[in-house]
Amino acid sequence: MTERLAHTPDGAPTRGPRGTIFEQRSVRAQSDVVAQLDVPELPVDDMLGGRARENAPELPNVTEVQIARHYAHLASMNFGVDTGSYPLGSCTMKYNPRVNEDAARLPGFAGLHPYQPESSVQGALRLMFELQEALGEIAGLPEVTLQPAAGAHGELTAIMCFRAFHEHTGDARSRVIIPDSAHGTNPATVSMAGYTVTQVPSNGRGGVDVAALRDALDTDVAAVMLTNPNTLGLFDENICAITDAAHQVGALAYCDGANLNAIMGIARPGDMGFDAMHINLHKTFSTPHGGGGPGSGPVCVTPELAPYLPGPVVARTDDGYGFVVPERSIGRVRSFFGNFGVLVRAYAYIMGLGAQGLHEASEQAVVSANYLKARLCAAYDVPYDRTCMHEFVLSGMRQRREHGVRTLDIAKRLLDYGTHPPTVYFPLIVDEALMIEPTETESLAELDRFVDAMLAIAQEAQAEPEMLKHAPYTTPVRRLDEARAARDPQLRWRPTE
Amino acid sequence: MRFVPISSDQRERMLRVIGVESAEELFADVPASVHLDRPLALGEPMSELELVSHLDALARANTPASQLVSFAGAGCYDHYVPSIVDHVLRKPEFFTAYTPYQPEVSQGTLQAFFEYQTMICELTGMEVSNASMYDGATAFVEAALMACRLTKRHTVAVARTVHPEWLATLETYAASGLFEIEYVSGEGLTAEDEWRAVADEHVAAFLVASPNYWGALEDVEAIAPLAHEAGGLAVVATNPVLLGVMEPPSSAGADIVVGEGQPLGNPMSFGGPGLGFLSCRMQFVRQMPGRLVGATLDADGNEAYVLTLSTREQHIRREKATSNICSNHALNALAAAVYLASVGTDGLVDVARVCLNRAHYMRDRLLETGRFSAPWDAPFGYEFALVYDGNVRAMHEEMRSRGYLAGVIAEDAGSGGTDLVVFAVTEKRTRAQIDAFIEEVAAL
Repeated sequence: MTERLAHTPDGAPTRGPRGTIFEQRSVRAQSDVVAQLDVPELPVDDMLGGRARENAPELPNVTEVQIARHYAHLASMNFGVDTGSYPLGSCTMKYNPRVNEDAARLPGFAGLHPYQPESSVQGALRLMFELQEALGEIAGLPEVTLQPAAGAHGELTAIMCFRAFHEHTGDARSRVIIPDSAHGTNPATVSMAGYTVTQVPSNGRGGVDVAALRDALDTDVAAVMLTNPNTLGLFDENICAITDAAHQVGALAYCDGANLNAIMGIARPGDMGFDAMHINLHKTFSTPHGGGGPGSGPVCVTPELAPYLPGPVVARTDDGYGFVVPERSIGRVRSFFGNFGVLVRAYAYIMGLGAQGLHEASEQAVVSANYLKARLCAAYDVPYDRTCMHEFVLSGMRQRREHGVRTLDIAKRLLDYGTHPPTVYFPLIVDEALMIEPTETESLAELDRFVDAMLAIAQEAQAEPEMLKHAPYTTPVRRLDEARAARDPQLRWRPTE
Repeated sequence: MRFVPISSDQRERMLRVIGVESAEELFADVPASVHLDRPLALGEPMSELELVSHLDALARANTPASQLVSFAGAGCYDHYVPSIVDHVLRKPEFFTAYTPYQPEVSQGTLQAFFEYQTMICELTGMEVSNASMYDGATAFVEAALMACRLTKRHTVAVARTVHPEWLATLETYAASGLFEIEYVSGEGLTAEDEWRAVADEHVAAFLVASPNYWGALEDVEAIAPLAHEAGGLAVVATNPVLLGVMEPPSSAGADIVVGEGQPLGNPMSFGGPGLGFLSCRMQFVRQMPGRLVGATLDADGNEAYVLTLSTREQHIRREKATSNICSNHALNALAAAVYLASVGTDGLVDVARVCLNRAHYMRDRLLETGRFSAPWDAPFGYEFALVYDGNVRAMHEEMRSRGYLAGVIAEDAGSGGTDLVVFAVTEKRTRAQIDAFIEEVAAL
């Protein structure tokens, strides 16, 4: 580190933030003309009924050259899937095929207005219909809404459908059961849908404690929400007993589809007894995460629940395709039809890979995860040492106990090795958790590079634990003072006096 | 097509390291009864060339509004997007990145959000903006929920003049039993008396859009104080392009300002993805939903950015979180930020001014034809509603065959179900196009 710094010339630009776009010196006397006014000009204040703005908003005033440089620099401080290994558990950071990007930008898709006549959007409707069919087939739950904008939004949509289903039959319920290994969105969704959460523990093998589940189940339970494979990366071998137990008391079974990448063409949540699931198109179906979105969270359900889906959905009509609203629809969960641009990408991915390609992708994702686990299990604790699916969870407890090095330190040190860290401190039931999901799109060389880094860090934890506690050293910025950010929130740029 | 960079030899080697003979062995935990014993019914894989041809054919089966002379708006607008916007979005460091949970290698996304938040504050006049929501409708619902938490009340009074799909979304969320809705109606604009009638000690917030679904500008300055007098909050939805020239809702007394951000640099894309923006007064920040970026220092004392106030969020607070939202519409927010930087203050003012003038010109000319009449007299931005003297659907279809999208046909619930046409005029519509449209529609 010191050598790099020692040979950096004075005044060399920092690799970290260099000031906001608001601080760029303005060289633009006036804006480039977007459009010339070609009609008689009226006073703005008259047109707006006396609502003209006194002071214009203070936006950056820069040239395109400055914008290009600014965002090139911002991009240089980011790590993406194209930068290197991104084994973020439960996030499925697989490669984003470029042809899908081009597809979403075709004028025939990107230029569509949502209220065009259906006759003028038949290609888009066919794409949506075929995507509904494909997702229904993959999930084993044939009825599909493409409307939800993200996974959490899909969860909420499904739980709202469950409420409508129970209320329609005069059987209103108040609780939803969730295992202690669940994603944070699950309990938050339950609250937002007006239910209370009952948590059940996991058993010694990392699955749901079925006896505890049975104890918690009664006719006041609306649903059991599960992720399968679960957040430990384990396939719950009791899955059919679990969904059966739910059905016996009239509850419905919900599958959080975050981990679908393990089982495409191998097992289907519908066949496991689930009544509904959401699918994260931005995980399993390769649409880009975009720095946090847009995602898309279609919901697949049984025919029994189909009447409650949000509308409209796409159906075949006499002369092509059209929108229909299900009979007892819960209504809308957003405006328009969903994140169509994301749907185009996912559709392209499914059509490109076909049944065979999806199956191969899942199988390789599982092989790659098991390979990493086999190579890392000697250096790190494996709290549930079973064959995993597409991801697995290690614990940094040994490093913490023996050397005072925490999982956070390990994660930060990985950055110095050019790898994005795994998901850390989740699931909550594993202390010092490191949740690792390589995905099928990492080469063996990349997987080995990740293993080498993890093994080297295990060595470093022993030899120089203090060094790890201050990692990373090579990133655009060092560890951040998060407490300071929360204590005195600076949430927008302001000019200095 | 496949994206698995592992050869069969390498895979064999991996299986040996794992200690199994075949990949199937790894699925031993899947009960035999649910193991799929057939291939998925999805069809054969396609080469990239085959896929491109197939998608191209689907895209060509559409007639996009962007290639028509379109006057369609109603929540989704055909504004010009400068080239630089998509060039920035196509940078893989932005679009292939995850949520910036590891700030040391996410400063690009974080700083872009920080700048986005600043721009939204500048537009809306509010003190804090989050890093975006799914869309305008869900931002609107989240604002209602936020107001309920802040006031510990459970009824929201909502203008009937808000976009019907936003109202439908609000109703869906209300079915959870977390809050109740009281509607406030009026023709074209909500009536002040009706707001007065619902201003009581139960109301958490007044929710109004200005411009509303009909393009008309509501009297927020009169409505917001009524909410405040009743101990509630004023939530105002608005159009971000119009804020280039229109007074921000903050100065009319809004507490929370939301809206659909698609007009800022995002293609229409059949209605999604766009983005929802949500901004408010600083005193309400701890009840905000969604991600927030704040400035801080790194271990070497350098300025840097980080996700902050996360104790509001689901991954920390679980069932007690302010919302279940986990993602945002990051890339769309980036598009909005690049757009606003690209046009700048003067450019945004220009765009708004051109839209306004052309919309007012078009409305006057349409009224002059005698075929259209005004259902009410209200100020508006670049969108307005008219009554057509004749069969409105036949007119729309005929104009469509001539290469026009003659606005959006909408049923006016307030005036007994009359069909109105809502016209939006962006800077992409020239006077020549407007004149040609009017000449043809008048001659029908």
